[in-house]
Amino acid sequence: MIIAFFQAAVPSELVQTLASTNITAMSAIVVKNLCRTYKVYRKREGLLASLRGLLHREYNEVHAVRDVSFNIEEGEMLAFLGPNGAGKTTTLKLLSGLIVPTSGTATVLGHIPWKREDGYRRRFSLVTGQKEQLWWDLPAQESFRLHKEIYRINTSDYNSRLTELTELLDVTELMGQPVRELSLGERMRMELIAALLHRPDVLFLDEPTIGLDVISQRKVQQFLRKYQKEQRITVILTSHYMKDVEALCERAIVINKGTVVHDGPLEDIVDRFSQHKIIELHFGVNSSPKGIERYGVVLEDRGPMIRLQVEKQKVSAVLSKVLAEYEIDDVSVSERPLEDVIAELFSSEDQSDSASPRR
Amino acid sequence: MSAVPKQSLIAGLKAGVRIKWLILKTAMEERLVYRGDFAFATLVRFLPIITQVFLWNAIYAGDTTSSLNGYTYPTMVSYYLLVMVARAFSSMPGLSTGIAESVRNGSVRKYLLQPVDMLDYLFWHRIAHKLVYYIIAAGPFALVFWVCREYLPGWPERPVLIAFVCSLIMAFMIGFLIEALIGLISFWFLEVSSLIFIYMMMNYFLSGHMIPLEWMAEWIPWVYYLPFRYLAYFPAAIVLGRIPPETLPFELSVQFAWIIVLFVANRIAFTRGVNRYGAFGG
Repeated sequence: MIIAFFQAAVPSELVQTLASTNITAMSAIVVKNLCRTYKVYRKREGLLASLRGLLHREYNEVHAVRDVSFNIEEGEMLAFLGPNGAGKTTTLKLLSGLIVPTSGTATVLGHIPWKREDGYRRRFSLVTGQKEQLWWDLPAQESFRLHKEIYRINTSDYNSRLTELTELLDVTELMGQPVRELSLGERMRMELIAALLHRPDVLFLDEPTIGLDVISQRKVQQFLRKYQKEQRITVILTSHYMKDVEALCERAIVINKGTVVHDGPLEDIVDRFSQHKIIELHFGVNSSPKGIERYGVVLEDRGPMIRLQVEKQKVSAVLSKVLAEYEIDDVSVSERPLEDVIAELFSSEDQSDSASPRR
Repeated sequence: MSAVPKQSLIAGLKAGVRIKWLILKTAMEERLVYRGDFAFATLVRFLPIITQVFLWNAIYAGDTTSSLNGYTYPTMVSYYLLVMVARAFSSMPGLSTGIAESVRNGSVRKYLLQPVDMLDYLFWHRIAHKLVYYIIAAGPFALVFWVCREYLPGWPERPVLIAFVCSLIMAFMIGFLIEALIGLISFWFLEVSSLIFIYMMMNYFLSGHMIPLEWMAEWIPWVYYLPFRYLAYFPAAIVLGRIPPETLPFELSVQFAWIIVLFVANRIAFTRGVNRYGAFGG
């Protein structure tokens, strides 16, 4: 009844804006129609062309991000997928206020990132593979102490967080060693500590496991999962390692050539973009019988076991034919690995793109 | 109602002081990691002083009484030593190139991502470097002054001494601000090394590092109106009594005015540069 009165008393537009602000208040990150265009100086080959370039410069416009929109709820962990140059990093740069968009809006925790207010900068962290937060010649603990002051962390919080993070990441013994003497994986873990000491509400991870060995990769992965679950922080992760993504994220935004291709649950990507499924057949005889290639692409042929890639629509038809034709002990149908699907998705788009003339 | 903001203001100031202190401390520790290299570089920097003293000796042909453009051989030696002291404050090795490098390799992003001001950070960082340098260079400096004690004019009077100290501290700030400004140009032109080279040459002539400015003024009368003279000539001229004591307060305020002008220029360049970086950079 109160609402009815309210609606009667105020214009409906206002009610709508109130309602929509209420929705966005739940979102940690709201991105609307974000565009970012770079002007790139086009240099032609040869000295003469270079000289001409001094007088008259030609520029190419590169649309790094075009019309990207999405919302991320508080406490969500989201993956950004896409090939190199798709616009993932540019989007993260926009959201962390490093660059200004050509058009469009974005708010993170209610702040406009590129205003670079200290109030916002104390609440987020960007971790990139470039690892540049630490002082190279000093032990990591000195850099952490500097972070404590820069982010104004009080001493008891600082001490408890530092102990917790160093134990979780297993670097307690390395705290006193100069950073330049640490291995890549160790340095990355120190970098994560530096990024998390001020307990950010939003964390942007740009290729956090790039160049790490499998063990370090897994350590970072496990840590991120545990930490995110406990602290309920909002995370955007970009990674080329699908293992990272599958281990950590439920939702993914697939971005290619600056536009969002897919936004939804990770498993939907396989459903949506994969034209194929995989049938695994175990034959009753000791070797794989001939003629099976008729039904699909043989991915693997090991003795009586064969893995066959079959078009989605044909799966049931192929299964019934194969079961009728051969003596089969066991059969299973599975989705293709995410990694393959993504690779296929991007390479097929590249091909179709290069086939058509550009510009 | 006003109590709360006041308190938070004080807390903010306190936090500000604490961070400056920590930058200072951390940067000093970092410097001391390379103390061997640093001590060696310091010693090497004293070699030119000795050759320069010999050079002037040759120019004056050992004659301690005749005067060239108002400078006798002993005054020239004192001038040169005092200029070295001034330059120990005003020279900023690696500041412009450091800023340019961080813009080029992207590590300048640290200052955009973290709630810390780049110029403020670099300023305290530089003070730390200077302090470490003075600790190491104090001995050699004292030795050189002791060796050349016969040429020196003796301890100046207290007001002159105070003016000298003020001019040195401000020489540090002017040196910092000019080099920082040149470094910030790299937001527009990624390659500033030739610009830095031109600046170094200009500095060498126009600051009075090479020869006293009185000698330069014959060709370039406006040399006194540039900020460069505060980097070397001015502190030395104070001690040698070349600036009339009654004009000292005025001269020092002009120096201070230069600091304000350069500071404002730095802030503008930084704000615009960062926005440009944001608009063009990657």
